[in-house]
Amino acid sequence: MGYDSEGSAVTSDGVNNTAIDQRDTSPLPGEVKGDSTIDETVPAVRDLQVGAESSATSQSVVPSTIHEDEPRPPLPPRPGNLDLLQEGNYSPGSSPQRSQKSARPQLQSTATTALSRTDINTQSYQDGSRETYAASAETIPSSKPVGVFGSIKRVKGLGGSETADSASLKSYAPTLEAGGDVESLLGEVLGAYQARPAWKPLSTQYETPDPFDSVIYDDDEATVEFYREFDEVRAVNPDGENGEQQLVQWQSKRKNFLILSSAGKPIYNRHGDDNLISGYIGIIQTIISFYERANDQLKGFTAAGARFVIMSQGPLYLVAISKLGENDAQLRVQLEALYMQILSTLTLPTLTHLFANRASIDLRRPLQGTEPLLSALADTFTRGSPPTLLSALECLKIRKSQRQVINDTLLRTKCDTLLYGLVVASGRLVSVVRPRKHSLHPSDLQLIFNMLFEARGVKAGGGENWIPLCLPGFNKNGYLYMYVSFVSASESDGEEADDRSESGKQEEIAILLISANNKESLYDLLKIRDAVVDQLDKNGSMSIIKAAVRRGRSTATDIVPGTVLRHFLYKSKGNVQFTMPSYEPHFTTMLARRRLLSLYHTLHASVHAKNTHLKAHHCISHESISLAWVTPFFELYCVAGPHASRNALAQSANKVVQWVRREEERVFIIGGAVF
Amino acid sequence: MTSRVSTGTRPGARFAQFKLVLLGESAVGKSSLVLRFVKDQFDDYRESTIGAAFLTQTISLDENTTVKFEIWDTAGQERYKSLAPMYYRNANCAVVVYDITQASSLDKAKAWVKELQRQANENIIIALAGNKADLVGEHPDKRAITTSDAEAYAKGQVCFSSRHQRRRRRTFENYSPLLHESCLLNRPARGI
Repeated sequence: MGYDSEGSAVTSDGVNNTAIDQRDTSPLPGEVKGDSTIDETVPAVRDLQVGAESSATSQSVVPSTIHEDEPRPPLPPRPGNLDLLQEGNYSPGSSPQRSQKSARPQLQSTATTALSRTDINTQSYQDGSRETYAASAETIPSSKPVGVFGSIKRVKGLGGSETADSASLKSYAPTLEAGGDVESLLGEVLGAYQARPAWKPLSTQYETPDPFDSVIYDDDEATVEFYREFDEVRAVNPDGENGEQQLVQWQSKRKNFLILSSAGKPIYNRHGDDNLISGYIGIIQTIISFYERANDQLKGFTAAGARFVIMSQGPLYLVAISKLGENDAQLRVQLEALYMQILSTLTLPTLTHLFANRASIDLRRPLQGTEPLLSALADTFTRGSPPTLLSALECLKIRKSQRQVINDTLLRTKCDTLLYGLVVASGRLVSVVRPRKHSLHPSDLQLIFNMLFEARGVKAGGGENWIPLCLPGFNKNGYLYMYVSFVSASESDGEEADDRSESGKQEEIAILLISANNKESLYDLLKIRDAVVDQLDKNGSMSIIKAAVRRGRSTATDIVPGTVLRHFLYKSKGNVQFTMPSYEPHFTTMLARRRLLSLYHTLHASVHAKNTHLKAHHCISHESISLAWVTPFFELYCVAGPHASRNALAQSANKVVQWVRREEERVFIIGGAVF
Repeated sequence: MTSRVSTGTRPGARFAQFKLVLLGESAVGKSSLVLRFVKDQFDDYRESTIGAAFLTQTISLDENTTVKFEIWDTAGQERYKSLAPMYYRNANCAVVVYDITQASSLDKAKAWVKELQRQANENIIIALAGNKADLVGEHPDKRAITTSDAEAYAKGQVCFSSRHQRRRRRTFENYSPLLHESCLLNRPARGI
């Protein structure tokens, strides 16, 4: 309780009488204690106190005292400190950081987010402190006092609203198998080492308006590490001299996927080469088959802070190893997607046949060339993927009438061999034509989108491909034939591939024509494609799509003006589609997005837990307050800043639902064009 | 024959269109070869082609003559093999690529040539191309297939690398007059 007492100590110091007095909170009598725990409190609070005192006396002292409190600038990656990091994990108390941290867990238990109505000004306030934040980098002292006052105010808010908070705290429920700690909903990004110093930058929490982003200013190893998540673990030299180092690097990965055959042959692994992982493959195979022999299938276990989830699919074992805090069901969905990718390459009969012939077959040869696709999927999951989490698709938002024109164009130009025709822009569906009796399975589309927009194989080859593939959701027994053609979305129109390189993956429009098991239909599809592009150009649809792609997603505040929401996911259950606002401006970095997605994963896990029937789930953490709301028609997950009030959050959630209802035919494809 | 030879607007101008298909084992550098030809680029790391990629390139042989290539760059993996006839059936030219550092790739190339001779258009021009000459340039001991071996198989063989622009360009430009003539005169031409 050191925190609260410090908070009230600040107010009782007479700071209230100074210019900062915008608040109605007076210290609760019971809270003013003779406190001897000053040494135990977080440095930030101490600094605040000093800062506040000095601000009352003389303004000029403020910058220097506050300076202690500023987040440090990011350090460049330090490859050499990997060993140090590992030591820190395994020998607690050995490093200085460790002792620094020891004070913080205390804080965790009490420092709740201010929820009281008195905090309603925080919006404007955050702007102020954001400026401060930026200014601190440029060392403009004049704006700093604002930040000081802001901090004090919040500290007081904590004291004042404590009773209100304690009720809401009860809505917490531990949701994660792997060491889920309520306080670390977002900190779990960095795995189950909950107590890691770097991920408890509480002192900055009260200073920065964007806690999600603030973390990147910490020079902690973990952050750097996540940015290196996708670095390749280099091959172990034949003489094994660098084996140790590569092993450490391999173990530092937050997420890894392994696929092996039931005979123990490696098929795919995201990180590490054969020499490195062969031992582990053997161990995993032994563990799995041990349980299998006992007729008790092993589904998952936790070890060393990582959750292992095992899925066995016929002759294949798929293993997900995650320190990112997803639950088993969510990891299973990801494994399922990897399995679907394998089926998509081989088809189920071929896969079964290969293993029936020879159980010890090395599947990597038949799968040759599929690795980049599997890795692209795996990396999507590591970065965090709303479509996978929600098992839903995202559509490009355009007017209903505009979509109708595109649908009609596709319908007019279709021929008998066409099964599905799709227009896709930057990973979002624009239009689809399909036979009445076949719908498209989201998992199939995810595979296609992954192939086109995440893996580079198709685009690097010029953007026009003829691809035999199996869509397991449609039919896992046979191939379909897909013709893909990319059209550049950049202003300088043209189907030429040359100017495409700069536009990046965000601005790609692809026309997909899928033919039902007739590999000779290519030339028909080529004609359709030419006709479609020609028509879309003529009736202006192409420029509409391009404009919509360039515009990107709207921000949350554009959708609901003045909202406290920073981001939300809305899934329409009936349409199996979702919509979300732009990640801008709060979640611009990869890490911030990953933390946001981790929060969504947690919310998703709690409302989808098997033994509960939650309709609404409200979460408060240091970094955000969030809400998951499930009805028979939709799922809504929304996240607001840490200082937003619960009422504002609920109101915004309602407004999002109203917005979607109003714009339903724009953000979703209802029905699509059917023939 | 799907190639078209037409006179353009200018008197004496000729425009010809040819279909070209690349075949060969996976990872011999078919896509790199095409990318060098079409965009004059080279990537150190390329993902495998998925299915087959379609590209076009138009070059002027001289003032009056323009040739447009429609290129099918096929994936080399075994599982895509059944699709190959679709690409080579109407092709005017097939470039069968092997990797001079991989002995097995020449065997595969020979199999492709055999299949083409049996199944493809009888006027098809088959070019045998040994790729990755730059690797051998740096480390001569990496060469697994000598030029004379390949020559013994084909009458002539062009050895080049998609990394090295100059030689490659000459190679492709060498093809085009050849193609051109053979199609114009309808003269059966056997692969290089």
